[in-house]
Amino acid sequence: MTAIRARRLGRLERPALTGVLVREIINFSSYWRSIVFSSTVEPTIYLLAFGFGFGALVTQVDGLDYIEFVGTGTVATAVMFSSVFATMFGTFVKREFQHTYDAILAAPVDAEELVTAEVLWIAMRASVFGSVPLLVAMGFGLDPTWGMLTVPFIGFITGFGWAAFGVLIAAVLKSIDHFSYVTSIVITPAFLVAGTYFPLDELPRWAQVLGQFNPLYHCVQLVRGASFGWQGFWVDLYHVGALLLFGLLAWRAAIVRTEKRLIT
Amino acid sequence: MTTLSMQLRDVAKTFGAVRAVDGLDLDVPEGACVGLLGPNGAGKSTTMKMLTAQAIPDRGTITVLGYELPGESKSARAQMGVVPQQDNLDTTLTVQQNLTVFTYLYRIPRAERQEAIERALALANLADRRDTRVDKLSGGMRRRLLIARALVHRPRLVLMDEPTVGLDPQVRQEIWALIDGLRAEGVSILMSTHYIEEAERLADRVTIMSHGKVVAEGPPPDLVREHAGAEAVEVYGPPARLAEVEADMRAAGLATRRTGTSVAVLRLNGSAPDGERRPANLEDVFVLLTGEEIA
Repeated sequence: MTAIRARRLGRLERPALTGVLVREIINFSSYWRSIVFSSTVEPTIYLLAFGFGFGALVTQVDGLDYIEFVGTGTVATAVMFSSVFATMFGTFVKREFQHTYDAILAAPVDAEELVTAEVLWIAMRASVFGSVPLLVAMGFGLDPTWGMLTVPFIGFITGFGWAAFGVLIAAVLKSIDHFSYVTSIVITPAFLVAGTYFPLDELPRWAQVLGQFNPLYHCVQLVRGASFGWQGFWVDLYHVGALLLFGLLAWRAAIVRTEKRLIT
Repeated sequence: MTTLSMQLRDVAKTFGAVRAVDGLDLDVPEGACVGLLGPNGAGKSTTMKMLTAQAIPDRGTITVLGYELPGESKSARAQMGVVPQQDNLDTTLTVQQNLTVFTYLYRIPRAERQEAIERALALANLADRRDTRVDKLSGGMRRRLLIARALVHRPRLVLMDEPTVGLDPQVRQEIWALIDGLRAEGVSILMSTHYIEEAERLADRVTIMSHGKVVAEGPPPDLVREHAGAEAVEVYGPPARLAEVEADMRAAGLATRRTGTSVAVLRLNGSAPDGERRPANLEDVFVLLTGEEIA
């Protein structure tokens, strides 16, 4: 046997992550228009509908103007929708229909690197698309603050967790039709019981407790803190910690299940 | 002793109750083109998957380019090209964009990327199509691109899983010319196929698999001589006549196989029935060894 023995390749290597990211970026160049369109138009519709609908009935929520409340709430939903659905459908289609992952795994890329790069890419996208509603809300009268500059970062860590969660779902479920169960049972409640469009305080006690386990709730709290004044070091750290923990667990679980699905 | 690009010893892989690969030994000498032949379900695709560690064997050892699989598979994959049976190009990207992605996945240094793309485009004869989207290419062009994509990093070993399945004869011979060119450059090739002619034309050695096991191995002319003899006689007639010829010949110690419209009588030993004489070929060996029934 002859082997030009290169250094034995390790785990989570930068060239492998770059390779998968470059594939996503080049692909993005062929479909960015539709994504940019929907990521701008959707929050505008939410802001218009909730702003004019509820805004006519309610002027202040939790000490904030309703436009401030909804504008920041829409950031969180935009982050979640642009991450969890992108990976749920995206990774399922790439694995089952396009067989893209067979091609990538035949190159020097492992499942761990594949999942990590896919999640990083979607998290970056979510951080940008999640910040768009804030800009739109400014058009409707939201006052810009310096703290809002941290919103893309909050969007990134939240998006990382939800993107990994989407990869996990795509790896666990056998059919794309079953995604609607996850949408109904997990995503819709998470989107509503997060203090996005109404505060959690008005909900029954059990729903408030449940809300603490909702990553999106922590995202909303941080976005509001960033925009209108932080809530205090330990409180903010608690929210960041919750998002990081969610991201870490979802990321590792997504790797384990994807590996199981791709390697027989 | 010849050096080997790939060596499999006693490799087995079971899926539930199905023994897909069952004690497989397989060698690919450096610079050789080895054909992996077998009917559907013989274990060819599972074998291919194990060589990229997308399937992990239950037992046995696999060494590829000196690396032990599955543990060192990533290092092996870095020096290996894979042409999948199923087209998995990015269809909304151009020809060149598809190649660019793989120059990154195969870690080609920045300074050499453009040159690697140009070389792959020339090899696949797609230079004037570089800006065409893949979904606008013909089937033959897509297949050439799929092969070019596996060669951007100048691999020392190429795996091809049914490289010409579903292609027109004209396109098929184009692909054969491409593979023959690689062979001439000294690249080691393992090619699974169920087109006998493909193996006969391209492979230095073939391994015939059936039910997950090797049933014969060697250079095609040797296999033909050993298992089918030099010549075959084809006897035509109505079905009843064919059955009769078959029974008579087998009683006389000769081998036969059906071709659909005739019975081919093989391993002639002086006595031969009346019929059309022709040289024995690899297809005769294949059918003799892997059985006539369709699984």
